[in-house]
Amino acid sequence: MRKLFLPLTVVAAGMFMMAPFLVDGAPYESTMGLVQKIFYFHVPSAMTMFVSAFVCGISSAVFLFKGRPAADRLAVAAAELTSVFGIIVLVTGPLWARKAWGVWWVWDERITSTFVLWLIFNAYLLLRKYGGAGSERLAAGLAIFGMANVPFVYWSVNVWRTLHPKTTVVPTLQPGMRGPFWFCVTAFLLLYVLAITARAHLEAERARLEEIYLAIEE
Amino acid sequence: MTNWWPGRAVRALLVAAVLALSTPVMASQPPTAAAQDGFVPVSRAAQQETIPAARLVVIAYGFVWVMLLGYLWSIWSRLGKVERELHAVSRRIEAGDRR
Repeated sequence: MRKLFLPLTVVAAGMFMMAPFLVDGAPYESTMGLVQKIFYFHVPSAMTMFVSAFVCGISSAVFLFKGRPAADRLAVAAAELTSVFGIIVLVTGPLWARKAWGVWWVWDERITSTFVLWLIFNAYLLLRKYGGAGSERLAAGLAIFGMANVPFVYWSVNVWRTLHPKTTVVPTLQPGMRGPFWFCVTAFLLLYVLAITARAHLEAERARLEEIYLAIEE
Repeated sequence: MTNWWPGRAVRALLVAAVLALSTPVMASQPPTAAAQDGFVPVSRAAQQETIPAARLVVIAYGFVWVMLLGYLWSIWSRLGKVERELHAVSRRIEAGDRR
C-alpha cells in the first residue's frame, strides 16, 4: 500500500478535480432542476459514511473478541471518517432540501436516523478521547451498535413515508446521470481508502510513541 | 325515570372520538395568520422564498471540498507532529545510551 499511496493520491485528486465537469454535463432533473446536482456529492458521501460505519463496527468486533490492537486502531480511524462524511451528508442534504422541499430540515425517519448514526460515532470519538483507561472496549461495543443502525437508516425511506427520495433512485438512474454518479462514488471511496490508511498509520505511530515512553518510565 | 346521560367511560369515549375526528379537519384549515392580519403581495412573498439554486449548489460543493481538504490537512499535520516527537525521543534515547 505504501508504494501505491502517492499514485493513488494523485488519481483521487484528479478525479475530484474532474468530477464537477462531469456533474455539470449531467442532465437536469425534471422537477428539481439545478439543485439536484448536489446529489452527485451528497449520496457518495452517505455511501462512504455507511462503508466507514461498517469498517468501524467490524474492526471493533475483531478487537473486542480477538483483542487485536491493529483492529482497534482501524476502528478509531473509521469512526473519525464516519463523523467527517456524516457532517458532509448532514450539511449538503439541507442545502438540497431547502430548494427541493422548501425547508432546511424535516424530522423524518431518514434524516433523523442519519443524525442519530452520526451522533453515535461522535459519542464513540468522545468516549475514546475522554473515557480514560478501558474506554476502548466500551467504545467498541458502541461501534457495533452504530454499525447495526446502518441498515435501518438505509431502509427507512422504503418502510416509512418520508420526503426523502427512495433507494430505487440510484438503480434507476438515467445513463446521463449514472456515469457521473458512479464516477463520484469511486472518487469518494478511493479517497476514503487513502484517508483511512493514513489515519490508521497515525494511530500506529501514536501507539509506538506511547510504547517508547512506557519503556523509558520502566 | 332513567338517567339518559351516558356513563363516565362512554362520555370519555365520545370526547375522544370528537377530538380524533376534528383533528384532520383542523389540520386541513389553511394558516390563518397572514389572511386575517393583512394581505401580502405575491411578488414580495416570492422574493423572500426564492434562493438561487446555483448558490446552494456552490455552497454544497465548496463545503465538501473544504471539509475533505481540511481533514486531510489535519491528518498530515498530526502525523508530522507525532513523527517529530518520535524522532526527538529516539535521539534522546541514543544520546542516553552513548553516555
